[in-house]
Amino acid sequence: MTAIDDAPRGLPRTADNALLAEAGTGTRVEFRGVVKDYGPTRVLHGIDLDIRPGEFVSLLGPSGCGKTTALRVLAGLEQASGGSVLLGGQDVSGVPTNRRDIGMVFQAYSLFPHLRVVDNAAFGLRRRGVGRTAATRRAGDALDLVGLGHLADRFPHQLSGGQQQRVALARALVTEPRVLLLDEPLSALDAKVRVQLRDEIRRIQLRLGTTTVFVTHDQEEALAVSDRIAVMNAGRIEQIGTPEDLYLRPETPGVAAFVGLSSVVPATVSGGIASVLGATVPVVGEVADGEAEAFIRPENVRLGGPIAAVVQESTFLGSMRRTLVRTEQGAQLWLQHPVAERLGFDERVTVGIAPVPVVVRPRG
Amino acid sequence: MNAAGMAPARLTRWIIGVVVGGAFLVPLVGTFLYTLRDPAGGVTLAHWASLFDPAHAATLRPILLGLGNSLILALVTVAIVLVVVTPTIILVNLRFPALRRAFEFVALLPISIPAIVLVVGLAPIYLQIGRALGTGAWTLAFAYGITVLPFAYRAIQASLDAIDLRTLTEAARSLGAGWPDVVLRVLVPNLRQGLMAASLISVAVVLGEFTIASLLNKQVLQTGMVVVQKQDAFAPAIFTLLSLAFVFVLLLIIGSVNTGSPGARVRKNTTRKAS
Repeated sequence: MTAIDDAPRGLPRTADNALLAEAGTGTRVEFRGVVKDYGPTRVLHGIDLDIRPGEFVSLLGPSGCGKTTALRVLAGLEQASGGSVLLGGQDVSGVPTNRRDIGMVFQAYSLFPHLRVVDNAAFGLRRRGVGRTAATRRAGDALDLVGLGHLADRFPHQLSGGQQQRVALARALVTEPRVLLLDEPLSALDAKVRVQLRDEIRRIQLRLGTTTVFVTHDQEEALAVSDRIAVMNAGRIEQIGTPEDLYLRPETPGVAAFVGLSSVVPATVSGGIASVLGATVPVVGEVADGEAEAFIRPENVRLGGPIAAVVQESTFLGSMRRTLVRTEQGAQLWLQHPVAERLGFDERVTVGIAPVPVVVRPRG
Repeated sequence: MNAAGMAPARLTRWIIGVVVGGAFLVPLVGTFLYTLRDPAGGVTLAHWASLFDPAHAATLRPILLGLGNSLILALVTVAIVLVVVTPTIILVNLRFPALRRAFEFVALLPISIPAIVLVVGLAPIYLQIGRALGTGAWTLAFAYGITVLPFAYRAIQASLDAIDLRTLTEAARSLGAGWPDVVLRVLVPNLRQGLMAASLISVAVVLGEFTIASLLNKQVLQTGMVVVQKQDAFAPAIFTLLSLAFVFVLLLIIGSVNTGSPGARVRKNTTRKAS
């Protein structure tokens, strides 16, 4: 292995860095009723999304939900079947990818194998007519930004996966694009590098003020870095909101199930109040009275309370312990509790549910 | 059983090597010894020396004329491979992947069609080509473009399969590259080995082709040798050895390009997983 480690280096605090010196306010990005069909199959059912200048928005959803297609339509790599995409108020639907002034980082390693790192980073500038010397200098600044200035003369195959994606990020940012598109750029990396690079992308994005659209299926990733998240399912946006909104106030059962961990337990709804395993909790939104299922977050279930249960499994997560219990009615409940409370398999415990508003769906 | 399991034992390998090598070498050595033979008995270099004898030039003219034509044909054929075949293969892979199977079938078809059958179909077309572009020997390159298609296709497709064509293309597009830049600055450098192999194989095929040229009445190296052979049996033998040596060198170049270059290491990069 020729590559050196991926230790985070932070941002250079220098005003000499051309990219940092020219940091702007970003460009507004709008999807207006974007529809995409592949033959008879409709994969995007009218996407509406208004992204503010400089905002970091994630498209989050399971595979096949259309998030990558939406990003590719924005990039111009796919043609929308209907609707339009606006960059800075200008309809770019008919503009080819190479004239949209975007930067993109792909899931697969996309560095040009025959070019040195610095030439990879300078590629976009050279295509815009910037002279070799100036392009190389700016490419060096961009590589400094991702902490890889010292590897400028290497070839891509001499870098680790994390380093390659950093170079790809520098290459995408060096042209000061109107919008930065990230198509699951972290999914090929191992867990530790993934978290480092994720946080670094966010730091750099905040410094440069580049409007960014980030596609991911990893809800933890999206929650950690986004200003807002659009949760997608089956070609539609189910909910757009801040990470806190989505986690604390999911509007649909789909969002509640996909964002964060929930236990799904039987409940009875009556007048906006749900009765869950004997506890009464307020209900989010309008739900018809009757039999339902409630989504209970592990942090809203505590040890000690009126519900008798048996421990099924208990996992040590470092700062806390997460335990799955089975109540006497047969419901499975996740709960979170301090590490000091060690619970064994089959141990009898009692638990309680906090009166925090819950999302419910009618039982089908 | 040795470590490799199915690999033959050392002795078996040697026997195979000697038998196969012998099958190749016996005719070559025979031809070489023939070119050294003195009709009066004994060994002489006179036949090799006569290649440079001005008095002998008239006899050799068909071969030299044919060699010139063949070299021009090789150049035009390589141009067809690089300018027509290569962009087509890239286009099919990028835009019409559903057509890949059909395209592959068509591209490999000429290998199964005897040259004589090809000529029957080509003759009327060459009547038209003759009217439009003249009857110069270089027009044979259109037919040769078809003959070399299977070899060129395999070489180029193999090197396309070794890179992540779609991602590299889309990355270049997203960075502002137009299609000419995508092909010339990103794809061609990464397909270098495949393009080199396709070109050199095309040259080898063109230099060795006889049937089509002969039946369409064009003078190329091979037809020239047949003509000369009727007056001087030794000169064609010498040219055969020389052209075989030339093709052998071409194949050596292909081999070394495919294994020894930095590009060979670059390829592994595209299949590599996380750090």
